[in-house]
Amino acid sequence: MNINATLIGQAIWFAVFIWITMKFVWPPLQRAMANRQAQIAEGLAASERGKNEQELAAKRSAETLREAKVKAAELVAQAEKRGQQIVEEAKGNAKVEADKVVAGAKAEIEQEVERAKQQLRERVAELAVAGAEKILRKEVNATAHGDMLNALKQEL
Amino acid sequence: MSAEGGTAGYIQHHLTNLAVCADSAKVDGACTGFWTFHLDTLLMSGLLGLVIFGLMAWAASKATSGVPGGWQNFVEMVVGMVDNQVRDTFHGKSALVTPLAITIFVWVFVMNMMDLVPVDFLPIAAQKVTGNPHLPFKFVPTTDPNLTFAMAISVFFIMIWMNIKVKGVGGWLHEIFSAPFGIKLAPINFIFRVVEDIAKPISLALRLFGNMYAGEMVFILIALLGVWQLPLALPWELFHVLIITLQAFVFMMLTIVYMSMAAESH
Repeated sequence: MNINATLIGQAIWFAVFIWITMKFVWPPLQRAMANRQAQIAEGLAASERGKNEQELAAKRSAETLREAKVKAAELVAQAEKRGQQIVEEAKGNAKVEADKVVAGAKAEIEQEVERAKQQLRERVAELAVAGAEKILRKEVNATAHGDMLNALKQEL
Repeated sequence: MSAEGGTAGYIQHHLTNLAVCADSAKVDGACTGFWTFHLDTLLMSGLLGLVIFGLMAWAASKATSGVPGGWQNFVEMVVGMVDNQVRDTFHGKSALVTPLAITIFVWVFVMNMMDLVPVDFLPIAAQKVTGNPHLPFKFVPTTDPNLTFAMAISVFFIMIWMNIKVKGVGGWLHEIFSAPFGIKLAPINFIFRVVEDIAKPISLALRLFGNMYAGEMVFILIALLGVWQLPLALPWELFHVLIITLQAFVFMMLTIVYMSMAAESH
C-alpha cells in the first residue's frame, strides 16, 4: 500500500465529478421529477373533481326526472278531471237540449191538437149544420136559426 | 500470462500499478516517494467518471417532465433512490449532499464494476497498445488505496466545512470540547472527538479498498487455475456483483450519515 501523489489527482477527479453532478445532473433531473409529480397530483385532483361533478350531475338529472314525473302525473290528473268535466258538461247540455226538444215537440203536439180541435169544431159545426139542413130543409131557415147555431159552436 | 517468475510473478504483476515519476525518484527503475502518479488509476477512474457523468448530464439536459425515455428513466431511478436515502437520513438543508451522494454511489459503482472484466483483458490490451510486454496495468481504480483515500479525505473536509457552515466556528469548537461529557472534561471530549473524526475517513477508505482488493485477488487466483477457472469465475462474479453494489451503497450511505451528523447540533 503506497500512498502517493495519485491521491491529489483522484481528489481533483472527485471534485470535478461532484461539480458536474451538482451543476448538470441533479438540478435538471430534480426539476423534471418535481414537475412530473406536480402534474400527476394535478391530474388526480382533476379526475377527483370530474367524478364529483359527474355525481352531482347524476343527482341533478334524477331530481329533474322525478320532477318531470310529478308534473306529468299532475297533468294526467288534470286532463282526467277536465275530461270528466267535459263529459259532465256535454251530458248537461244534451239533457237541456233534449228537454228543449221534448218541450218543443210537446208544444207542437198541443198546437197540432188545438188545430185539429179547431178544425174538428168547424167541421162538426158544418156537419151539424149540414145534417140539420138536411133534416130541417124545409122548415128551418138557416139565417133564422144562425144565432142559435153560433151559440152552439161556441159551446163545443 | 505476461509475467516472468511463475505464479508469484503473475500475481505481483497484476497488483502493480502503472506508476510514473521523475527519473530522479527512481530506485532500480521503480518509482518511489510521494511524487509518483498511478497512471492506470487516474486514467480509468477519470474515463469512467467522464463517460458515466457525461451520459447522466446528457439525460438530464433533455429530461422532460412528461413520460421519460429508457435512459432518463434509469438515471431518474438511481438518482431518486439516492435522494430518498438522503431525505431519510439528512434532515438539514443543503444543495451539496444529494449531488455528493449521487456522485459517490455512481462513480464507485462503475469503478467497482471494472472488477467483473476478466483480469487479463485490459492489461493485455494495454500491453499491445503500448508495445511493452511487461507493462503493468491495474484497471480497477477502487483497488488503489490512493483513490479510496482521496475520496474519504475529500468527504472528511466537506464534513468539516459542513460543521462550520451549520454551527459556525464557535459552535463547532464548543461541540468538540463539550460533547459528550460536558465542558468540565474538555480534554477527554477533544480526544474522543479527534479519534472519532479521524476514524471516519480511514474506515471509509479502507473498507472500500479492502473489499475490492480482496475480490480482485480472488479473481487473480481463480485465473491461475487454468481450465478450472471456467466453473469458478462465474459464481465469484455473481457473488461479487453483490459486493460491488453493497460497497458503493455503504460508501454513499456513510457519507450521508457523516454529513447529517455534521449538520446536527448536539
